[in-house]
Amino acid sequence: MPEGKRPRWLVFGLLALGLALLPFLVDAGLGRSWVRLIDLALLYVMLALGLNIVVGYAGLLDLGYVAFYALGAYVYAWLASPHFGLHLPFWAALPLGAALAALFGVLLGTPTLRLRGDYLAIVTLGFGEIIRIFMNNLNAPVNITNGPQGINLIDPVRVGDMSLSQTQTLFGITFTGAHLTYYLFLLFTLALIFISMRLEDSRIGRAWVAIREDETAAAATGINTRNLKLLAFAMGATFGGLAGGLFASFQGFISPESFNLMESIMILCMIVLGGMGHIPGVIFGAVLLTLLPEALRYTGDWQRNLFGQIYIDPADLRMLLFGLALVAVMLYRPAGLMPSARRRREFADAAE
Amino acid sequence: MSALLAVSGVSKAFGGLQALSDISLQVNAGEIFGLIGPNGAGKTTLFNALTGLYTIDRGEVRLNGTRLDGCKPHQVLKAGLARTFQNIRLFAEMTALENVLVGRHARTHSGVLGAVLRLPATRREEADSRARAMALLERVGIAGHARRLARNLPYGDQRRLEIARALASEPALLALDEPAAGMNPAERAALRDLLLQLQHEGLTLLLIEHDVKLVMGLCDRLAVLDYGIKIAEGTPEVVSRDPSVIAAYLGDEAL
Amino acid sequence: MDIFLQQLINGLVLGSVYALVALGYTMVYGIIELINFAHGEVTMMGALVALSVIGALALGMPGLPGVLILAAGLALAIPVCVALGLLIERVAYRPLRNAPRLAPLITAIGVSIVLQNLAMLIWGKQYISFPPVLPQGRYEILGAHITDVQIAILVLTVLIMLGLILMVQRTRLGRAMRATAQSRQVASLMGVDVNRVIASTFAIGSALAAVAGVMVSAYYGLAHYYMGFMLGLKAFSAAVLGGIGNLGGAMLGGLLLGLIESFGAGYIGDLTGGFLGSHYQDVFAFFVLIAVLVFRPSGLLGARGIERA
Ligand SMILES: Nc1ncnc2c1ncn2[C@@H]1O[C@H](COP(=O)(O)OP(=O)(O)O)[C@@H](O)[C@H]1O
Ligand SMILES: [Mg+2]
Repeated sequence: MPEGKRPRWLVFGLLALGLALLPFLVDAGLGRSWVRLIDLALLYVMLALGLNIVVGYAGLLDLGYVAFYALGAYVYAWLASPHFGLHLPFWAALPLGAALAALFGVLLGTPTLRLRGDYLAIVTLGFGEIIRIFMNNLNAPVNITNGPQGINLIDPVRVGDMSLSQTQTLFGITFTGAHLTYYLFLLFTLALIFISMRLEDSRIGRAWVAIREDETAAAATGINTRNLKLLAFAMGATFGGLAGGLFASFQGFISPESFNLMESIMILCMIVLGGMGHIPGVIFGAVLLTLLPEALRYTGDWQRNLFGQIYIDPADLRMLLFGLALVAVMLYRPAGLMPSARRRREFADAAE
Repeated sequence: MSALLAVSGVSKAFGGLQALSDISLQVNAGEIFGLIGPNGAGKTTLFNALTGLYTIDRGEVRLNGTRLDGCKPHQVLKAGLARTFQNIRLFAEMTALENVLVGRHARTHSGVLGAVLRLPATRREEADSRARAMALLERVGIAGHARRLARNLPYGDQRRLEIARALASEPALLALDEPAAGMNPAERAALRDLLLQLQHEGLTLLLIEHDVKLVMGLCDRLAVLDYGIKIAEGTPEVVSRDPSVIAAYLGDEAL
Repeated sequence: MDIFLQQLINGLVLGSVYALVALGYTMVYGIIELINFAHGEVTMMGALVALSVIGALALGMPGLPGVLILAAGLALAIPVCVALGLLIERVAYRPLRNAPRLAPLITAIGVSIVLQNLAMLIWGKQYISFPPVLPQGRYEILGAHITDVQIAILVLTVLIMLGLILMVQRTRLGRAMRATAQSRQVASLMGVDVNRVIASTFAIGSALAAVAGVMVSAYYGLAHYYMGFMLGLKAFSAAVLGGIGNLGGAMLGGLLLGLIESFGAGYIGDLTGGFLGSHYQDVFAFFVLIAVLVFRPSGLLGARGIERA
């Protein structure tokens, strides 16, 4: 049967089966720690999809995206941990975090949106740092964030009376917390992919891309650029806040260190490396960059095999290699590793 | 005849340069109104002032009685004044069809929820927009290029695409900034036919053009700008005999 | 009064360092309109290289005068930083001059990650203290203190800035730089070797960064592989505050930011009734940056942006 004719349901069925079995395959093949890593990768896919709306679609270079991730995480921690003695269920805490993040997206966006690209980048970066500095220091005189120690004992997600942090046996199959988390995250990730896809091919998505392409022409074509940019910020922030809440429940512990600038840059790199504005590329970039640093840990083994001893601690080496990889990819594939068809064409044109 | 567009006393300066001095003119519903003048006379600046891209220093702009001065560009468009740009400004990385669909933005309403849930109203609206956009591409003669990226279209087709995008917003007045620039004679003739046909359908046109033959043949009335001042106005015959116009153009050529 | 004067001195010294780093950002931005994201890392490299030389000499030749040791440190740090600057331009910027704006930003981020981790591998993760080779004089004026190091930083900064202004105004290279900043096409039509001008800009900025790196580590008595990040960010804020692309603006912006930080840290406790303490010092740079960009996007000395359509 020719490719295009394969029934869609078959493709979807196989994909669904693969995704359902993935944690077990990974567990068996690579070990339990990799299941957690896959969970983390899904979290980054959500973050990357959110930033993709802001940067990839609307063309607003946001270097402080992690601030929204942090807000979502802190709101969840405040509402579901012993810190304030509140223990809201996740279906209440999570949306509240996302909503607050969205609100901040609009608040931060309002004064800055008339800035040009690079300036916007630096201002958003400044916002990200401000939020981190406040998280680090708002433990006195009133203890809001518990400072650098962060917030501990955050409630895991509970469905009915099943906690996602504990091993459960369902239908005779044993699921660890990491396995269960995987399914929860997968659900959210699929939802966000769906939303992104629908938005991309809509009146709103086209308006975003028009703004990215030529803001003046977009305005003259009837687009209220300010509102649409704010909408992009709010949507991106919502995704980020959601991922933050999930992260808090998953780790059970958060501190300002998880939300530094490097994190924002990492997420930006994911979408640029993968292929900006192109959902499969963004997903690929997020998964790749989550797993790559881990995979680079194996450089310790290589060193031992090659030289008989470890010269450089692989944990130190991996970021160096990561930086080099970033440069190399940008030089040889400036449109990303998996650009959308139209961006591929654009770069082919430019090369002519 | 009623004035569709009424410009009165509009002035605009860039630093020490008085780009527009006290410009007043009226464009009547249904006519093709030409705006000519040497390079740097202020024609494009007037367009930018009318469409909210520049804030004017003094004066008033009304479209069908509603004030346009002080409005944002998207509000101007929504009020019924659409435009094209002298240095084509398409959304380069979008297809021709998508460019025209963006032109529908002001006349459509669906938001995030509609898009994500594909509500029936959104689906209807989207289908309607696509049908109209395709019809417009057909209209300007580039339907065959619907799925090509705007940046890859030949120059003349890019100009036509920009017109289609402007028309998609169902304007009352269409302002064209040198639409024939860079076109070959055949393309010019097609453009001429298109503009006449649009006029016939009730659209009012404001046209900046350098091709004197095209302007004289097309326009019902003309205004001539020179150094930001309106030096003449009237029918093509009257204007072409005006000594100050001849001087302005000869002076321009003498340069 | 003495607190005020003390904060003024501290602010001016800190501001001098910011200004020197800010010059590097502003010169590059003025010419290629891109943020050299790796510039802070160049500063850090300058500091660490100089500290290694100074440490080795202080240990190996204890008789040598401190100023000579310091000069030797700079003598190696400057060429290393210049080489780094040229490398960054060559690897991260030149190949991508016509690519979408995001691409060079990402390569520059990649380069700064590489430099940071390279420094961590070479010098380790611990703080490196400045060897005690510098004069330790400390003087009192009107109740405030000023040290030899602070005086040296102020004097050196003034000299460097004067030299830079002369260079840009009077030399061929300076003229070529100004022409390139106006329009790359026109400059190259006029026979300016644009590639060389851009490379020279990176080189000069990096040399300034080396000096600034040594200054800041002498001032705080410390250097660290991570020091370039915050310093770079603040210096960039200073450049924007002054009006990016404008040399005088970078100088003014640097000094102002130093003063704002110093006074801010000194008085924030009083201003907020003790609610916020001096550990919020780092926040000021960003608040200033945001306020400037929102209310006067072209910076204090930048040309007022002309509306373009
Ligand atoms: N944004 C601007 N800033 C400064 N000067 C401008 C600007 N736009 C136009 N001008 C000047 O205004 C004058 C009129 O320009 P323009 O309206 O483009 O002329 P044209 O009649 O050829 O369209 C010219 O001298 C031009 O240089
Ligand atoms: Mg013009």
